[in-house]
Amino acid sequence: MAIKGAIVIDTERCKGCSVCVGACPNQVIALSKNVNGKGYNYAEATKDDCIGCASCAMVCPDGVITVYKAKL
Amino acid sequence: MFNPDIIKPENLVYKRTNVLTDAVMHYCPGCGHGTIHRIIAEVIEEMGIQDKAICIAPVGCSVLAYNYFNVDSLGAAHGRAPAIASAIQRLHPNHHTFTYQGDGDLAAIGTGETIHACNRGENIVIIFVNNGIYGMTGGQMAPTTLLGMKTATTPYGRCVELNGYPLQITELLADLPGTYYVTRQSVQTPAAVRKAKKAIRQAFENQKNHKGTSFVEILSNCNSGWKKTPVEANKWMEENMMAKYVPGDIKVDGVKVR
Amino acid sequence: MAKELKLMKGNEAIAEAAIRSGCDGYFGYPITPQSEVMEHLMLEKPWEKTGMVVLQAESEIASINMVYGGAGTGKKVMTSSSSPGISLMQEGLTYLAGAELPCLVVNVVRGGPGLGTIQPSQADYFQATKGGGHGDYQMYVLAPASVQEMYDFVFDAWDIAFKYRTPVMILSDGAIGQVMEKLYVGDYVPRWTDEQIAEKAPWAAFGKPAYRDHNIITSLELDSAKQEAHNHHLQAKYRQMEREDVRFEALDTEDADYLLVAYGSSARIAQKAMQLGKEKGYKIGLLRPITLFPFPTKQIAELASKVKGILSVEMSAGQMVMDVKLAAENKCKVEHFGRYGGIIPTPHEVLEALENQIIKG
Repeated sequence: MAIKGAIVIDTERCKGCSVCVGACPNQVIALSKNVNGKGYNYAEATKDDCIGCASCAMVCPDGVITVYKAKL
Repeated sequence: MFNPDIIKPENLVYKRTNVLTDAVMHYCPGCGHGTIHRIIAEVIEEMGIQDKAICIAPVGCSVLAYNYFNVDSLGAAHGRAPAIASAIQRLHPNHHTFTYQGDGDLAAIGTGETIHACNRGENIVIIFVNNGIYGMTGGQMAPTTLLGMKTATTPYGRCVELNGYPLQITELLADLPGTYYVTRQSVQTPAAVRKAKKAIRQAFENQKNHKGTSFVEILSNCNSGWKKTPVEANKWMEENMMAKYVPGDIKVDGVKVR
Repeated sequence: MAKELKLMKGNEAIAEAAIRSGCDGYFGYPITPQSEVMEHLMLEKPWEKTGMVVLQAESEIASINMVYGGAGTGKKVMTSSSSPGISLMQEGLTYLAGAELPCLVVNVVRGGPGLGTIQPSQADYFQATKGGGHGDYQMYVLAPASVQEMYDFVFDAWDIAFKYRTPVMILSDGAIGQVMEKLYVGDYVPRWTDEQIAEKAPWAAFGKPAYRDHNIITSLELDSAKQEAHNHHLQAKYRQMEREDVRFEALDTEDADYLLVAYGSSARIAQKAMQLGKEKGYKIGLLRPITLFPFPTKQIAELASKVKGILSVEMSAGQMVMDVKLAAENKCKVEHFGRYGGIIPTPHEVLEALENQIIKG
């Protein structure tokens, strides 16, 4: 059994500040090459190593990250 | 990307609190104000006091804070929030009146209101966001601007001869008998955010128990004003701001601990 | 209502009226000649009688902002001060007007400018009636001429303040504030309950119930179109005050040849001058504005077309006279007589001025 996490980012509200990128212990998050409606390179998950620690959500100034965690 | 079995309501560990409204905050990307708003709102939700919380918003970058906190709110004149909160809390002794103020608002134009509200031991929570600069008006010197720091009104760096010294108002307030809890926190890392949230919770719990003034300073970046990226600004804050404004508790349960 | 006869200073009457009218909070700062307001409150301990909060603030700036806070939560709150202190409150007053908050501010006027003198004056008329702080706004201004009116107008002030969501000022002076007179006081009016506040002030920020969105009290609107609309709304309120809530007292104006216009202390002096003039055979009337804003413009306009001349009597260098002239629209001669800097005119001086400037002039 492993603990697996997942994040859902509200990319339209993300301002691409990238504070979450450095907060992630597993380097899951990066800024996208694409931009949202406001022109920001939004944050996105780049790999499936999320452990659901919510560190990214903790530091997100705009509260755009929702975090899930499950034992699989 | 993720296993769809994980993204289910029963596996939820973190979501945006509904004590924040749906409005998109006007703050610059990476600004600490958003994080601080969020953890205050989370504390209000967790304590179940949304119907008793009254926010006093300042003048400065967070002038529109009342649009984001989903609680009844008043916008104050510059610096006057502690006087406004004093009256409201006395008129509604079982409510949770809190002020949200920046360094210019609280430590320059509102110094008198701040000191006297704290000295009367008003049963209010004061959240003091210190980023060492006037953000809203375009990056001018604040009372907390560090020596040598360049701002729009200290273009060659703050110097004592011209500008006097950075004001450590939080230490000053800890000396007043009316303050029950005085602490300095920050929000640049997940661990710091969790600690800051705990401090805010402590402040509101003190208020619930009618203990007097709880004062929570939170160091925050002003990456636009400091002319840095958000990540660089947080690093600069740790290396420079924290040398002058040392994080940690200063007064707990009415007793100075440093 | 049971009436009780008392002997009180005008300032004490304000305080007594506050307690008896269901006021929730008083926030003030000492200044001569109005300090008896807070002194009387502290002596009476209304927090034990009615639950009213009384707090001595660190400054007039803090006082008026405490009023802003209390008013923003739908409470009946007030402050009092005298001229230099009222100047410090102008910031708060413009915010109160902008945010449309009901409250009561009492100005027991002393002579100025600057620190001036502690003697009575009416030189704050412009400040009280033309806004005072920045921006387009006005306050409802009541001018008492007796200790009884000091008392009664506190009750009236709450009605107006909540009818219009506006700051109300009682513009008194050092003479009315300090003089002792008999007055009748009535029963205690209970303070509003939380339920009454929710019903009468649904806009107030008293804590968000589940049934509504959060209430926001602010004077800020960055969208100019919305700010202009807000200003239109404020102006509409002021026009409504002019239509519905002008107050004045007319004495012997029906067949008068000459009209004295005076408010507050000056009106009492003018009334005596009027009697002295009648002994000399002059037909003199007195129009006493009780509200200085809204001003009894219509009544003065009507009288201006009937009389030979009007003398505006004020303890100032000539402030209300400008409103009198605007009202009279050159239909008759309008002159000003005033003593100021803390000097109270005598009835003989007023009559002499009427003779020299109007009757013979």
